[in-house]
Amino acid sequence: MNGEVIIPLLLFLVIIFFVGFYASKHIRSTSNFLQEYFLGSRQLGGFILAMTMTATYGSASSFVGGPGVAYTMGLGWVLLSMSQLATGYFVLSVLGKKFAIMARKIRAVTLIDFLKERYQSKWVVILSAASIIIFLFSAMAAQWVGGARLIESLTGLSYTTALFIFAVSVLVYVIIGGFRAVAITDTIQGVVMFLGTLVILIGTIIAGGGIGNIISDLTAENPALISPFGSDQSLTPLYVSSFWILVGVGVVGLPQVAVRAMSYKNSRGMHKALLIGTIVVGFIMLGMHLTGVFARSVLPGIEVGDTVMPKIAMEVLPNWLAGIVLAAPMAAIMSTVDSLLLLVSSAVVKDVYLNYVKPEADDQRIKRFSIGVTAVIGILVFAMAVNPPELLIWLNLFSFGGLEAAFIWPVIMGLYWQKGNASGALASIITGVGSYILFHSFMPNAFGMHTVVLPVILSLMAYVSLSLITARRHEEVQAKVYEKLWSA
Amino acid sequence: MRKTKRFEEDARYRVANREALIGVVLVMINFALWFGFAYGLGSKPVEEYSYIWGLPAWFFYSCIASTIVVVILVILAVKYLYKEVSFEEEDEE
Repeated sequence: MNGEVIIPLLLFLVIIFFVGFYASKHIRSTSNFLQEYFLGSRQLGGFILAMTMTATYGSASSFVGGPGVAYTMGLGWVLLSMSQLATGYFVLSVLGKKFAIMARKIRAVTLIDFLKERYQSKWVVILSAASIIIFLFSAMAAQWVGGARLIESLTGLSYTTALFIFAVSVLVYVIIGGFRAVAITDTIQGVVMFLGTLVILIGTIIAGGGIGNIISDLTAENPALISPFGSDQSLTPLYVSSFWILVGVGVVGLPQVAVRAMSYKNSRGMHKALLIGTIVVGFIMLGMHLTGVFARSVLPGIEVGDTVMPKIAMEVLPNWLAGIVLAAPMAAIMSTVDSLLLLVSSAVVKDVYLNYVKPEADDQRIKRFSIGVTAVIGILVFAMAVNPPELLIWLNLFSFGGLEAAFIWPVIMGLYWQKGNASGALASIITGVGSYILFHSFMPNAFGMHTVVLPVILSLMAYVSLSLITARRHEEVQAKVYEKLWSA
Repeated sequence: MRKTKRFEEDARYRVANREALIGVVLVMINFALWFGFAYGLGSKPVEEYSYIWGLPAWFFYSCIASTIVVVILVILAVKYLYKEVSFEEEDEE
C-alpha cells in the first residue's frame, strides 16, 4: 500500500488529537465536571449539534456495509436507506425542546438521569443502565473491529496493530476531552464524511461514463437492479417500509442520539441543527448508497460487500484523494465509537456509581473516577475486539433494535404522557428487549417486516396498559413528578 | 390528571408539543412521497420505465425530488412554525 493513501489518514488522526487537547482545557477550567465531561456544559451550537448527531448515527454501516449491500441489491437498497432522512428532523422535533427544558429543570446529564427523575424507580434506572452498558459495549466492540479491519485493508498492517492504532487514537481524545472533544471531532468527521461522499459519487459517475451509461449497464446485467424490489426481488414494500421504524423514527430511542438532544445551547441552535442535519443525512445516505450501486458497473464481480467502498475509491480516484475519501468511513466509525464510549462510561459513573455506590463523592474524586472508568472501558473493548467472543457478536445483533425497543416509549411517553409511570416503563423495557431477542431468535422478520417492528408495538402496549392498571398505586409519586417536571 | 391543578403548567411546553406534532406530520408527508413515487412508478415492468437524468423516474422522484421537497418543507417549518423559546432562566437558578 502506498504512502499517498496513508498520509491523509495520518493527518486526520493528528488533527483529531489536537482537538482532544483543546477540549481538555475546558475540563480543567470547568466548575461542574460532570456537566462538562459528559455533556459539554450544554453549550453546543447548531452546526456542531447537527454534525455530532449525524456522525454519531452514521456508522460503519453507512459507509462500508450499506454501500456493499446496495452493490448487490441495486437501487432498491438506496430507496430503503432513504428512510433515514427522517432522523435528521424527527429526532430533534420530537425530543427537541421538551427534552431540553425538562433536562434543565432536573439538571439531567444522561438519559438515565431523566428516566430516574421521571419515573422515580430504582429498577428503571438499573435496567436501563444495564441495557446501555451491555448493548452499547457490544455495539462499540463491533465498530472497533470494523475500524481495525478498514485500517488493515488500507495499510497492510496486521489486524492487531491496526486495532491498536485505532484504539489509541480514539481513547486519547475521548478520555482527556470528554463530550466536547467528541462533539468537535464529530464535526470534523462529519465534514470529512460529507466531502468524501461528494467526491466518491462524482468520481464513480465519471468512471462509469455518466449516469445513463451506468444504468443501462445495470439493466443489461439484471433489470431488477434498477427496480425498487432488489436484484433478487426480495425487497417487498412492507419490508422496506418497516425500516422507517428501525432507522427512521425509532432512532429517537437510541441513548447516544437522545443524549445529544439535551446538549444544545438554545433553540436557535436546535433549529439550525434540524436543517443542517436533514440535508447532511439525506446527502450522505443517498450519495454513499448510490455510489455502491454505480460501483457495480465500474467494477463488476466484487464478492465481499464490505470491500466495495475501498476498492471503488482506489479504482476511480487518484491515490491522495482516495486517502481523503477513505478517511470518511474511518471518521464514521470513530465518531460513533467515541460517543458510545462516553455514554457507557457515563452510565457506569453517573447512573450506577453516583446513584448507588458513592453519592457523596466530591468533584475531584468524580473526575478521577470518570477518566479512569472511560480508560478501563476503552481497554476492555480493545481486549474484546482483539478476538471477539461469540457472546459479543450475538449481543451486537440486538444492540440497535434492542435499545430502540427498550427506550423509545419510556422516553417519548415519559415526555408527552403524564400518566406514564414506573410500572409502565419497566414493563416496556422488559417487553421491548425480551421480545426483540425472542423474535430475532425464533421468528426473524415476522410477517415480512423487520424484526424491530413487533417489539416496538408490544412495548408500547405494555407501557400504556401497565401505566393505566397501576395508576392508583403510583398516584402520589406521579403527582410530585408532574409538579416537578411540568410546572412553570 | 388531578381535578384541581395547583400550579401553572410550563407555557413553553405548548410550543414543544406543537413542534413534536409538526415533526410527526413531516414524517408522514415524507413517507407518503417516498412510498407513492417508488411503488407508484416503480412497480411496472422495467422495460416500461421512463428516465430522468439517466435515472429511472421512480427513483428520481422518490429518492431525489422527494428529499429536496422534504428539505424545503423543513426549511419552511423551521422558519415559520418553530418558535424560539428561552432555556436561560433555568440555567441561572
